[in-house]
Amino acid sequence: MLNRIISGRWAKPSMFLICLLPAVALGWRAWRQDLGANPVEYITHATGDWTLRLLLITLTVTPMRWLLHLPQLIRFRRMLGLFAFFYGCLHFLTYVWLDKFFDTRDILGDIGKRPFVTIGFTSLMLMTPLAVTSTASWIRRLGGRRWQLLHRLIYFSGLAGVIHFYWLIKSDIRLPALYGALLFLLLAYRLFVFAAKWRERHRRRVSELQPQPT
Amino acid sequence: MLLRRPELPYSSVTPKGVYLSRRRFFGSASAVLGFAAGGTLEGQKLSAAKSPFSTTEKPTPFQDVTSYNNFYEFGTAKSDPARNAKRFRSDPWAVSIEGAVAKPRVLDLDVLLQIAPLEERIYRHRCVEGWSIVVPWIGFPLNALIKLANPTSSAKYVAFQSLYDPKQMPDARYAGIPFPYLEGLRMDEALHPLSLLCFGLYGEVLPNQNGAPIRLVVPWKYGFKSIKSITKIRFVEKQPPTTWSLAVPSVYGFYSNVNPEVDPLWSQATERRLGDFFKRKTLKFNGYAEQVASLYGGMDLRKNF
Repeated sequence: MLNRIISGRWAKPSMFLICLLPAVALGWRAWRQDLGANPVEYITHATGDWTLRLLLITLTVTPMRWLLHLPQLIRFRRMLGLFAFFYGCLHFLTYVWLDKFFDTRDILGDIGKRPFVTIGFTSLMLMTPLAVTSTASWIRRLGGRRWQLLHRLIYFSGLAGVIHFYWLIKSDIRLPALYGALLFLLLAYRLFVFAAKWRERHRRRVSELQPQPT
Repeated sequence: MLLRRPELPYSSVTPKGVYLSRRRFFGSASAVLGFAAGGTLEGQKLSAAKSPFSTTEKPTPFQDVTSYNNFYEFGTAKSDPARNAKRFRSDPWAVSIEGAVAKPRVLDLDVLLQIAPLEERIYRHRCVEGWSIVVPWIGFPLNALIKLANPTSSAKYVAFQSLYDPKQMPDARYAGIPFPYLEGLRMDEALHPLSLLCFGLYGEVLPNQNGAPIRLVVPWKYGFKSIKSITKIRFVEKQPPTTWSLAVPSVYGFYSNVNPEVDPLWSQATERRLGDFFKRKTLKFNGYAEQVASLYGGMDLRKNF
């Protein structure tokens, strides 16, 4: 039933609209001048938050396909990843435009010497090649195996994103700790799957080497 | 928890109708008499004389000053204190004056209010996070209280302590910094005429989220030095511990003077005045260099940040 819904023709457009909601809400609040006493800070936090959330949600797709027996969830993965990149770009644009007002020297200085900016920038940079190569033609051009290897960069982007959040917080680490814990689970799942596959392959190789009883 | 015997039998509970009408009575009585019956003095008017120390800059709207606060005892989001401090009991209130003084004592708020005539001081207020506001505070120079306290010659520093009541501040445990909140000033800083013992803003008593009923305002230092809801003032010989420098010593020092040239974590070169779109340059000592720079003659402010 659920599988049928997510395979339906409305599934992707609906997901697209859902992912757009945070941006729409932000725009609505901005238009109503309802962004609080420090609007730039509000926009920075909102876009940064949604970048991290969507990154984590993107990383949840693969485990969920197995755990919920919903292989069709794969249809959303690219869109979710691209939305993470989209909010990441908005976050960076907010910083460059609204916070620093294109003061290049200041921005480069920040990226160079402030660890939390450096690592946040790294996180976005790691996402960029993934966004570029997200099309079917790029998968073909790279070949499935190499494409998949490249897209493992999302693990490091997620890690950098969580560290960025953790480093910029003054003292109340609850939220970055929660995101960190979720990321840990999502990466641990992959490690677990990888180890299981490796063991399986190893066993098969060993059994192939063994003389077969006739 | 479930098995614990109730401390009071249910029969002794005041019927709801009775206490509701009692509240109505207190409500109208306080409206007539001009004071609140226990709990809070919020909203009560406070008159004050103008001060030559005021800036001519435009004060930040009351709404922003009272809805965008750092008061970690009530939560770490800017909007938390206004919401969580609503029922904070700031009345009755007393401040203990102790340490190296001729006679330690505990002063009630109404006694404190009588120490010196109230002035309105419109000060710039710069947060270490990179935003700033302009606030019409009401209070009198801290040195008036110090004179009254009559510290002994061994008093070299003044240490301040905030109220910490976990019952009223349940979110404090997530803040990630130790409580009760501690602050301190060197004696000459404390005696400086700009250092304000503050009881109100915008013509009324301090709203709870702004540090009711009594706080410090030291306009040439980052906002976190201006400790809120003070319960203890202690005169000491050695530099006292302060909360943020205990929590993150590499980032927050004892002095914490506003300084665009020293920026361990964020750039302090610029700031956003709430309400402005463009950032402005941050001034050394928050623009009060003329008055306070001499306090730090010969000191390396990079080391003593």
